[in-house]
Amino acid sequence: MSDLKGDVIEAIQEFFREVAANNPTWNFIFFYEATQWNKVVSGLWMTVQLSVVCVLFSLVIGVVGAGLQGAKSAVLRAIVAGYIQFFRNTPPFVQLLFFYFALGQFTPTYSPDGWLEIPIISNVGWAIISLSFFAGAFNVEIFRAGVEAVPKSTQEAAESLGYTRLQIYGHIVFPLALRVSIPALNNNLVNLVKTTTQAFVIAVPELLYQSVTIWNDYPSAQYPMMTFLFFAYLALVGVVVVGMNNWERAMRIPGYGG
Amino acid sequence: MSDSNVAAAAGSWTPEQPIVSLKEVRKSFGDLEVLKGITFDVMKGEVICIIGPSGSGKSTLIRCINALNPIDSGSIRVEGQEVHDAHLDKLALRKKVGMVFQQYNLFPHKTAIQNVMMAPVQVLKQDKAEVEARARKLIAKVRLEGKEESYPGELSGGQQQRVAIARSLAMNPDIMLFDEVTAALDPETVKEVLVTIKELAQDGMTCMLVTHEMGFAREVADHIYFTDRGVIVEHGPPATFFSEAKDPRTQEFLGQIL
Repeated sequence: MSDLKGDVIEAIQEFFREVAANNPTWNFIFFYEATQWNKVVSGLWMTVQLSVVCVLFSLVIGVVGAGLQGAKSAVLRAIVAGYIQFFRNTPPFVQLLFFYFALGQFTPTYSPDGWLEIPIISNVGWAIISLSFFAGAFNVEIFRAGVEAVPKSTQEAAESLGYTRLQIYGHIVFPLALRVSIPALNNNLVNLVKTTTQAFVIAVPELLYQSVTIWNDYPSAQYPMMTFLFFAYLALVGVVVVGMNNWERAMRIPGYGG
Repeated sequence: MSDSNVAAAAGSWTPEQPIVSLKEVRKSFGDLEVLKGITFDVMKGEVICIIGPSGSGKSTLIRCINALNPIDSGSIRVEGQEVHDAHLDKLALRKKVGMVFQQYNLFPHKTAIQNVMMAPVQVLKQDKAEVEARARKLIAKVRLEGKEESYPGELSGGQQQRVAIARSLAMNPDIMLFDEVTAALDPETVKEVLVTIKELAQDGMTCMLVTHEMGFAREVADHIYFTDRGVIVEHGPPATFFSEAKDPRTQEFLGQIL
């Protein structure tokens, strides 16, 4: 069995070596050289981690933000509105630069050996913060639209059954708003996964960053690497879309909505 | 004022006193005064119907009784407790007063039985198994055996409204408020809902109904109130109310509707 697997891999590597030998600009080096392949795998893994963590944080930000938009305090509502304006109306690329280089200067550092000064928030940390807040701003708006779609009369029925504001949000408004929000959420999360490539600018070793290091070392691998990037993101986003569609189906209420 | 409140809150109410007592209740929406000094009492076990033309303040009146709408002046007491008191324990009030709405307002993401069980479990923190047993009895009482697992969207208007009645009854209220509960129903399903309410009334439940069903009012009500432009124009037991209405406004209304 393992012999067979080894043989197949061997054959694939041989095939791409031959392609490279015959076509100087189509050097799929990452398919036959272990060092380059490991870069691709580690880049892909970083992209997946970054996506998953940012999706989760951005969802939390969206839910909490939409809840705060209905808060009694005008100050709280103004803070949420300001946050949305800032993150929605500026490019995520600029946000990443600003967070890492401008705010990064003020982050405390620690020193494991007495010589090195390591900031407590790494570039990966800043990418997570920046991208989560970026996508979170859109999620707040998406959830708010969902919350507004829940009829006031349904909330009144809950109120007359003794539910408090918080209980109404948790048990009735949120579950209904979520269902309305899923299609728009789907779009935003797809965008978020694609936007993780911009973490490149602060040297987060995700898939695009690793790909660029490969084609810098091997210019002959540039076209193959770019082609691979397209297929890799098609697959990644495909997983997100299929997952979201299944979720939407699972959440569907018989006899309700479309 | 505060002395009598304290006395009332201390439980000085006895079943011989009015279970609901309104005195000079006034309420405006902006410049429009919808309630212009409403006064009446309801005794335990009584069934009263409030009738009148659209926009006469009937629904507002009934919504004030369980504090869904605040009042501007006057007093509403439920079992001796002032409803429009800043320190009112709203949960205590809403345990006593059940409400059924024109548009049913069921929770669309929950099945019929879950709709009935939700508030006792989530608000009153009662034992789930015990609540479920009670909910099944209530579903049977409103003649919906077999529909326990249906979602509101899968039920007819009349069936949804009966689930809504069972949902209110699950809180074991002392008083039931019905706000034009048959107004949104097909004529064929009106009857099934009215039969349910009639049975409730015969069991001794205190009921206050805003309704356009004159035949029903005549048959079931102990007392009928006719409101127009924010005041009670005329009232009396059905036997005399329908045949001996004195006020021209009442006569005109009855002439149009009967």
